[in-house]
Amino acid sequence: MTREATARHAAGDTSAGPVAGGSAARPEQAPVELELVGVSKVYQTRRGLVEAVKDVDLSIRRGEFISLVGRSGCGKTTLLRILSGLLPPSAGAVRASGQSIWKGANRDDEALRRFGLVFQDANLFPWFTVAENISLPLKLRGVGKAERRARAEELCQQVGLRGFEGAYPRELSGGMRQRAAIARALSYHPSILLMDEPFGALDALTRDKMNLELQSIHAAAGATVVFVTHSITEAVFLADRVVLLTPRPGRIRSVTPVDLPRPRSLQAQSSAQFQAIVRELRTQLDEEP
Amino acid sequence: MFDRDRVNKLLPWISSPILLLVFLGAWQFAVSVAGVSPFILPSPAAVGDSLVTMFSSGTVWAHIKVTLIEVVVGFAIAVVIGTALGAILGRLPWLERALQPAMVAFQVLPKIALVPMFVILFGYGVTSKIVVTIILAFFPIMLNVLLGVRSVDRGHRDVMRGLGASRWQTFRDLELPSTLPYVFAGAEVGIVFAVIGAIVGEYLGANEGLGHLAFTSLNALDAPGLYAAIVLLSVLGVVLFFAVTLAKRLVIPWHESVTKM
Ligand SMILES: Nc1ncnc2c1ncn2[C@@H]1O[C@H](COP(=O)(O)OP(=O)(O)O)[C@@H](O)[C@H]1O
Ligand SMILES: [Mg+2]
Repeated sequence: MTREATARHAAGDTSAGPVAGGSAARPEQAPVELELVGVSKVYQTRRGLVEAVKDVDLSIRRGEFISLVGRSGCGKTTLLRILSGLLPPSAGAVRASGQSIWKGANRDDEALRRFGLVFQDANLFPWFTVAENISLPLKLRGVGKAERRARAEELCQQVGLRGFEGAYPRELSGGMRQRAAIARALSYHPSILLMDEPFGALDALTRDKMNLELQSIHAAAGATVVFVTHSITEAVFLADRVVLLTPRPGRIRSVTPVDLPRPRSLQAQSSAQFQAIVRELRTQLDEEP
Repeated sequence: MFDRDRVNKLLPWISSPILLLVFLGAWQFAVSVAGVSPFILPSPAAVGDSLVTMFSSGTVWAHIKVTLIEVVVGFAIAVVIGTALGAILGRLPWLERALQPAMVAFQVLPKIALVPMFVILFGYGVTSKIVVTIILAFFPIMLNVLLGVRSVDRGHRDVMRGLGASRWQTFRDLELPSTLPYVFAGAEVGIVFAVIGAIVGEYLGANEGLGHLAFTSLNALDAPGLYAAIVLLSVLGVVLFFAVTLAKRLVIPWHESVTKM
């Protein structure tokens, strides 16, 4: 068994659909999990209307890792908030497993229970300990105290926060906080992970480490991931497909598949194929007016 | 590093007794060397004697009890009213806007000037002092809670919304804990005002209480008794303030304003 096959096996990929062969673990045949159809967003501001996102169509398959890149202000956060149901689109539809996540003006909370969100800031609650923060989603779902504690311990172990279960967020470093935020999002085994520049505030070394961890979490959990970043290298390293956005208004400029074998090591970043993809994306970014 | 931290923590415990001794020394100096009349400034020893007499005869306990009840009851009601009003106004910006001029008027009004009115309205007993205490103490609490309700972090709200939290869950796990530090910030100001309210109420019309004791001692030209009552009022104020601080330590140990002992 290859390592890659092991990862897929661990992911519990029993969808039985013919997974794309070759070296990439791209689930080309998996069913569509998330869909944006003709999505636009117009903000009303004091200085007039801002067209943040315009006519975005995107289908994301189950288990797929999508990186969303673009300059700051090109609508990445807006798009992710629309995907996560925190922001209603001005036009268009958002579907999860074929169902719209909006029922009129109300969110379909049932559909959103499978979503896990990680924001640019860790957004931990200062009045809760690390363990309490991590298991907050379980508390909201009525899971008992003992089970919550056990799960929090397990997750602390997984994200490398063992021994900090009882610490308050103010006692953690930025990287540790972000890990706790990821653990919180993982606590209820979401099948869809939406992450908005989660490592933006971290130093390069910590970032590399977190990227490796995220890759193995993705492989182990088999979750669908939409990952926003402004680092092209990071985007290519993690993604099955890289979606490049251009600003004013935010539109999809290109969708680039990354057919590199998984799991990827940091050394893979110096391979010719990796470099070629990065170069291509960079060229596209530089073409912008 | 470690040693300096320890010294910093111990520092107030060393400096405070020294400052107290310096204060008592200066007082004694003013009396025995500078020759200030004992009818204006009795010696620390005379005030101490007066305190001892008060406690050994037991008469002072009733006064302490009355003042304590006025402050504690008035303050407790002020916390409830201030928190409730602050929470409501924080939720309803239109109501806050509608009441803004009235609130500013109330804020700048010298409320002490109203004390005689409350004595007429509510009599010489405990009730009028409690009303004064509430009037003085609830306002800072209300303003702080109002600010607190408005300052719930947007990112934290996103977390709760993303998790599909109910209204009640959002209140219990986000809005309440994030507002509590503001309640305590208001309460720390409020307790000081509450003590002032009770004392002024007692000065102006009462049959009991430490303020009344101070006032009658003044009329009787009993300077040591007056100073003894002032000492007791100060101790009462300090003890109550530290009670609020202690409550804060227990309720929101996670907050930055709470330093580790
Ligand atoms: N709440 C808002 N109100 C008004 N304009 C907004 C708001 N949020 C974002 N925008 C505007 O929408 C555009 C896209 O912003 P955003 O989605 O945050 O981009 P990114 O995450 O890629 O940096 C920007 O021009 C920004 O000024
Ligand atoms: Mg952003």
